[in-house]
Amino acid sequence: MAQPSETAGGLESIPALLLRNAKQFGDKAAYREKEFGIWQSWTWAETEKEIEALALGLINLGVNEGDFIAIIGRNRPHFYWSMVAAQSVGAIPVPLYQDSAAEEMAYVLEHCGARFAIVEDQEQVDKVIEIQERLHQFEHMIYIDPRGLRKYDHHALHEFSHVQDQGRAARDEWIEDLKARRAKLTYESQCVMLYTSGTTGKPKGVVLSNRNIIVSAKNSAEFDHLGPGDEVLAYLPMAWVGDFIFSIGQAYWTGFCVNCPESADTMMTDLREIGPTYYFAPPRVFETQLTNVMIRMEDAGKFKKRMFDRAMAHAKKVGPNILDGKPVGFMDRLKYKFYDLMIYGPLKNTLGLSRVRVGYTAGEAIGPEIFDFYRSLGINLKQLYGQTEASVFITVQPDGEVRADTVGVPAPEVEIRINDEGRIYYRSPGTFVEYYKNPESTADTKDAEGWVDTGDAGFFEEGTGHLRIIDRAKDVGKMADGSMFAPKYVENKLKFYPDILEAVLFGAGKEYCVAFINIDLTAVGNWAERNNIGYASYQELAGHPKVLDNIQSHVEAVNRSVADDPMLSGCQIHRFVILHKELDADDGEMTRTRKVRRAFVADKFNDIVEALYNGSDKVSTETEVTYEDGRKGAIKATLEIRDAKVVPVTTHKVAAE
Amino acid sequence: MSVNDNEPYVTADGRKIGGVLMEMKNITLRFGGVKAITDISFDIREGEIRAIIGPNGAGKSSMLNVISGFYIPQEGEVWYKGAPRPQMKPYEVAQQGIARTFQNIALFEGMTVLDNVMTGRLNHMKTGLLAQAIWKGKAQAEEVENREVAEKIIDFLEIQHIRKTPVARLPYGLKKRVELARALAAQPSLLLLDEPMAGMNVEEKEDMSRFILDVNDEFGTTIALIEHDMGVVMDLSDRVVVMDYGKKIGDGTPDEVRNNQNVIDAYLGVAHD
Repeated sequence: MAQPSETAGGLESIPALLLRNAKQFGDKAAYREKEFGIWQSWTWAETEKEIEALALGLINLGVNEGDFIAIIGRNRPHFYWSMVAAQSVGAIPVPLYQDSAAEEMAYVLEHCGARFAIVEDQEQVDKVIEIQERLHQFEHMIYIDPRGLRKYDHHALHEFSHVQDQGRAARDEWIEDLKARRAKLTYESQCVMLYTSGTTGKPKGVVLSNRNIIVSAKNSAEFDHLGPGDEVLAYLPMAWVGDFIFSIGQAYWTGFCVNCPESADTMMTDLREIGPTYYFAPPRVFETQLTNVMIRMEDAGKFKKRMFDRAMAHAKKVGPNILDGKPVGFMDRLKYKFYDLMIYGPLKNTLGLSRVRVGYTAGEAIGPEIFDFYRSLGINLKQLYGQTEASVFITVQPDGEVRADTVGVPAPEVEIRINDEGRIYYRSPGTFVEYYKNPESTADTKDAEGWVDTGDAGFFEEGTGHLRIIDRAKDVGKMADGSMFAPKYVENKLKFYPDILEAVLFGAGKEYCVAFINIDLTAVGNWAERNNIGYASYQELAGHPKVLDNIQSHVEAVNRSVADDPMLSGCQIHRFVILHKELDADDGEMTRTRKVRRAFVADKFNDIVEALYNGSDKVSTETEVTYEDGRKGAIKATLEIRDAKVVPVTTHKVAAE
Repeated sequence: MSVNDNEPYVTADGRKIGGVLMEMKNITLRFGGVKAITDISFDIREGEIRAIIGPNGAGKSSMLNVISGFYIPQEGEVWYKGAPRPQMKPYEVAQQGIARTFQNIALFEGMTVLDNVMTGRLNHMKTGLLAQAIWKGKAQAEEVENREVAEKIIDFLEIQHIRKTPVARLPYGLKKRVELARALAAQPSLLLLDEPMAGMNVEEKEDMSRFILDVNDEFGTTIALIEHDMGVVMDLSDRVVVMDYGKKIGDGTPDEVRNNQNVIDAYLGVAHD
């Protein structure tokens, strides 16, 4: 490699890393995908060939440097190749959420002016065709799965493998061009553009450079000692920055293997078969897994149940300490070993987490009880705090200093500053270049010196130097009596209960707090079955008085625990309601990454919020819902409002800042 | 282009319809004194989706059983691939390339989805029982080969997530899909579907319709189906036979059948004379 470089030995782009890996790890597996019941694999050398063929094919189709190529589909090796092939020809990949409705896609495709899209199957092809009229620059679409597409007009539609075949056939013609384009890539070239879901407003296109991605990947890989022997399961949305960093950034930097599940439904089976050593999941996945384990233990025999409960109690007592290398008595260690053999080991195996060396959760705060459950089993689950604009990493937890209530220390090469109001700012090599075609937002978020506003409020803990996040800065407010209102803190406590899927707290500027609650259909449904409670719909189950009783007891327990924290004791829930529908991204109530759009929810259900504050014990409401295919309908319901017991708090200590 | 000529043609959506694959000639079927089918003739052409519809008790299932060789008509002949078909046992019919699904699902409840689908490959396995038990060399290679076919079908019908699940634990809609998978595993030249959408909700019906169309399109399989749901039938089929009280009262494209006075009468319930 003749290219000059100041830092990474000429490895200033993902395609350059690919060439290195093909040389260095040539016959080591780079990708695996389960198809037709068997794990198919591609070595780094084969991967390089596949990507080259596709890149040549793209040049052949007329892709220019600087073009945007939309990538729409679930995690498959072909899509990862597509991204790197796009980069190789000087284009910029733009991964999109594949479950977005056509409308949402139209906005992104129009905003970036994509000329090409690489999509998965007929469903995605149909969606893009539906909106194509409005996209002036849009020219060609490439699909992977030909099923059902044979009869479509193929003037501007191409099958993935045909594009590769054409690329191979035209190799002599274009290879010099490809090499020249690849050689032009530097640290400053655009690596990828990712649209942030945004809890408010339209999505913004975050432009990340090769420097952002490669330096962040390098630093984080070194931090956790990741190497070519590691295995990951790629199942998180490709449009999310985390997947890009793990499955492309770190994978290309270290040369580890990326495994793609057979389909979204088989993810748990595939996880068990692969047994990743490095695992990443949002809190929701850990919650769901834990809920499933608990449900199944409820159904288990008495002996097994008692054995499990005892083992878990012991794990809770000594597990985290053993993991952190703290001193633990000999008998306790022996007992832990025994239970590991009998309970923890098989349980971890069932969860597919036997081999996990490093596990991360991020995206949202994780309930401490959930976090401790996994750590007590001996799974090195850690938290990190990050965002798209930072190429993920802002803070991470070093081994041995892991706690549920902090998010760790600044990641390598990241500087953090907290202003007087508690707002967190950072500066790092991963700091994004700009929001595409949106200089105002860029200026609002990133100042001239490169400091980026996270929009979160938090503080460094004295003594340990760990960062604690309180909430989104704009969500943290004051209640009528001046005490602090931090909704997420309370919601997370509620969400630990398996029956509660989602909770939304209101109370800023009010006398007291109220909450919306979504029940978890799996957990509550199972409970109903065991207790002979019949129900015909989600709505009916959600309104059942016994379900309300259960939720009320959870709310009261949370109130007691909130009351222990002098800073937040004002956030106890006085009244609550169980919503008649699940909050859903299709209805705009959540983002695609499943974060609640608080303001939107408050506005949409304002009649219910009002009823919660005016003392009535029932509220009738009608709600519009959007079905998966875009049709709309309405559901009507009368909801019962319950009062919850609160713990009286005499003195309100307000935070010193 | 007329659908009713015997010349091969290409449909509006680009599928090739060939010559006659199966022909029913003046079939009459009696159970004791009851005439289930009276003098019915029609044909099924290669590559088409052919529906048999009619009100309850019209003799549709009996007709399907005649096609599948389970009932032997007292009068008339069944011509298959250009020759009259002699009386044969159901397994012989299967060997001829005819596969079917059942109105009331007939899967092996205790076996996994994969094993059920593999049973569909039975006619394609040549090694003996003993060789299969020892499972070396040829028997093993054959198993691998057949598993590949089964896996392609599992992928096609999107049932990967239940591959290892015992059938008894599956909901109804999925069982129907597994049954289709088993029938497809035989790689039939003629696929018979007995009320593939009975008891399904709208979404399941949409899925099943999609699969039936895709099977016909991707594998070129000829499909004969019985169905109650008129809307589904009219959208899916190339040609429709309408039966009532054991007699054929209409035959043609969905549009022709829809405008046929006899058919309208049968469905709206005009008094029979």
